[in-house]
Amino acid sequence: MNATDFRTCPVTARRIHRPAETLVKANAVVAVVSLLIGAIAAVLLVLTRWQAVHLLPAEWFYRILGVHGMSMLIFFIIFYEMAVLIFASTALINARIAAPKLGWAAFALMLGGATLVEVIMWAGKADVLFTSYVPLKADPLYYLGIILFAVGALLVCGIFFANLVVARREQTYTGSLPLVVYGAVTAAIIAVITLLHGAAIYIPTFLWSLGLMNVDPQVYRMIWWGLGHSSQQINVAAMVAIWYMLGALTIGAVVLNEKISRSAFVLYILFISMASAHHLLVDPGMGSAWKIVNTSYFMYMAVLASMIHGFTVPAGMELGQRLRGVGTGMFGWLRKAPWGDPGFSSLVFSVVVFGFVGGITGVTIGTEQINIIVHNTLRVPGHFHATVVSGTAMAFMGATYYLIPLVFQRKVAFWGLAKIQPYLFAGGMFIFVMSMTFAGTFGVPRRHWDISFSQAPFDVAFNPAVDVLLAFVALGGIIAATGAFIFVAIAVKSVFFGEPIGTLVPGVAVVGLPQGITNPPVHAADVDRRNEELHAPGQGWLGPAPGTMVLVFVFLAAFIVYFFVNWKVLSFVWKIG
Amino acid sequence: MLTETHTGLDSPRGNWWKPAHKSERTWVAIAFGWCIVLFAMMPLWQVKGGQNPSGIRRKVEPAAFFARTQEFIKQYQIGDDRGMPIVAPPPGSDIYLTAMSFQWTPILQLEQGKEYILHLSSLDVNHGFSLYPINVNFQVVPGYDYGLRVTPTAAGDFRIICNEFCGIGHHTMVGRVIVVDSTGTVPSQSGGI
Repeated sequence: MNATDFRTCPVTARRIHRPAETLVKANAVVAVVSLLIGAIAAVLLVLTRWQAVHLLPAEWFYRILGVHGMSMLIFFIIFYEMAVLIFASTALINARIAAPKLGWAAFALMLGGATLVEVIMWAGKADVLFTSYVPLKADPLYYLGIILFAVGALLVCGIFFANLVVARREQTYTGSLPLVVYGAVTAAIIAVITLLHGAAIYIPTFLWSLGLMNVDPQVYRMIWWGLGHSSQQINVAAMVAIWYMLGALTIGAVVLNEKISRSAFVLYILFISMASAHHLLVDPGMGSAWKIVNTSYFMYMAVLASMIHGFTVPAGMELGQRLRGVGTGMFGWLRKAPWGDPGFSSLVFSVVVFGFVGGITGVTIGTEQINIIVHNTLRVPGHFHATVVSGTAMAFMGATYYLIPLVFQRKVAFWGLAKIQPYLFAGGMFIFVMSMTFAGTFGVPRRHWDISFSQAPFDVAFNPAVDVLLAFVALGGIIAATGAFIFVAIAVKSVFFGEPIGTLVPGVAVVGLPQGITNPPVHAADVDRRNEELHAPGQGWLGPAPGTMVLVFVFLAAFIVYFFVNWKVLSFVWKIG
Repeated sequence: MLTETHTGLDSPRGNWWKPAHKSERTWVAIAFGWCIVLFAMMPLWQVKGGQNPSGIRRKVEPAAFFARTQEFIKQYQIGDDRGMPIVAPPPGSDIYLTAMSFQWTPILQLEQGKEYILHLSSLDVNHGFSLYPINVNFQVVPGYDYGLRVTPTAAGDFRIICNEFCGIGHHTMVGRVIVVDSTGTVPSQSGGI
């Protein structure tokens, strides 16, 4: 290690380790390439499910569906998360990467594994969809590719923890880890748990594909979802960490109470891997007691965690605005917010759609009995596109608008498009998710090439409304994919051909730089006194963030209505026990 | 009382384990209460509700389950439709439905308002039992017998869609369930709830 390995960030004054930064860049670039592949696949899929167009033949529909799942949910998301882990454990705490060479070895393993999986899938040797439920069988190299990828990801988690240990020993920061880094630690711990489930299922399945052992189909489903669902909780933890980061960077969001926010992260770690049960509620292998305890994360303790972050993140944003004197009245802090900053608009869309749509539908359909009217219908992808796409991917895109100037030290290209990109992406996804969810309530199956059943022995006549809904799925999907393509174009142009950010003068706006960079939301010197005033008992029980308090009660009301309407609908079907 | 005001990117100094403001504590308490309601509904519905996925569950050899299905067909067959046997078992009996790529065997004819124990299993890969248009869905896993007490509450001509991907012919996999009313007839309108 020598001094030239470091530079000082002109915006945040943090000490940046160049070898760590290069690794962040490499992971981010591969993530964006994966996003491009996944988005092209998405367009082909929605144009097939729109029955009037019905673009792909059956074989290619299922193949591309597998490609879409792996490229988006595994490669895009996890490569990006590796970038986040390395960034959080180095740049955010002035630290260095403990083992840069191992970092590159891990990157090579992940890239090699991902490439192998893509090649095998496109070659038609793994038409088993994302879940590859045994005894559907793929080429052994498919499972091997996933194993290599997972080993690489596990190594990055190890490097992440090593970075933190080294940072603590070298005293690169004083006090406790920042909350954002704490969120990243949560994501990394869940990632280790998840990847161990992955090893426990993909290694036996690899051996099974070679004819060396047996794998029980029900056991496969349980352990596979220990990987499949828990990996979504890595996304949740990483996303919430990014919420806190974007709030701080865009409008100076503060942490209301460290104890509450950190305890909520701990709840994620303790209960999240029980969520495998969400996928097994109408399975024959488990009894009701097991299903109820597991699907509820032991009495919904992980849901409690999300409901806490769903309050503390916007409340921290509101308080950050009030402390800087921005906006008056109940919602002035939102009206006066920087809506033209893509980092900020992405953050708001991510929080709102994740909570109101993804969260409410997720908890409801993950209820043991309600799952009877939901399992494997379009309501399921409707739910998870609201969480992992409108929530996680949107947050990652928002973070990228800040990482381009902060990490790559480039201006954001096509700035005019960048400002509207979050609106396009979030708007398209919202149309897509709502249409899909409603189509699902008619019993339309997910992962299905032809719901006109033209080649089936018996006719199935769906309500004509379903055709309209599936057309809207396509419309929303294409708008969102356009948003994704614009994002990819912006990222590629900025990173490879972008203008350097140049010298910054605080307060002077620059085209291509978000306002949080050119005009950082700094709090005044007397911020503690102002904070004290806003917390004074005279402020009433709504407290220092009354606007957020009103919003969370609107959320709770929507939640209660949706939850009990579903019980009512369930009570109309056949008696089953 | 308060910690030094800071953002999520700053390291909090000193002891940050401090009491939260009343408003924040209120929200945490309300959220916790709601979580308990969410949880309590499930055991409550087990006792009071009419729809539960509990069933009678056991492991079974796929070939043995299929043999049992064929025996069941022989016992109660009353006709066929496009080569698929139609089976009318007496109310209260155990009835068998085997899923295989890409068909549901046999066609079941049931009586409205009578209880049956419906056994579901697969001869090959995972399948998804989705009763259309009632929208009742169960996972069908090879090697496992899922016995569900079902009572059809309305007469009609229903379909079983496969909603778990089972291979390239997945979208052609449709079965049939007929429910007759107390006069022994099927309403002319297909299905409907």
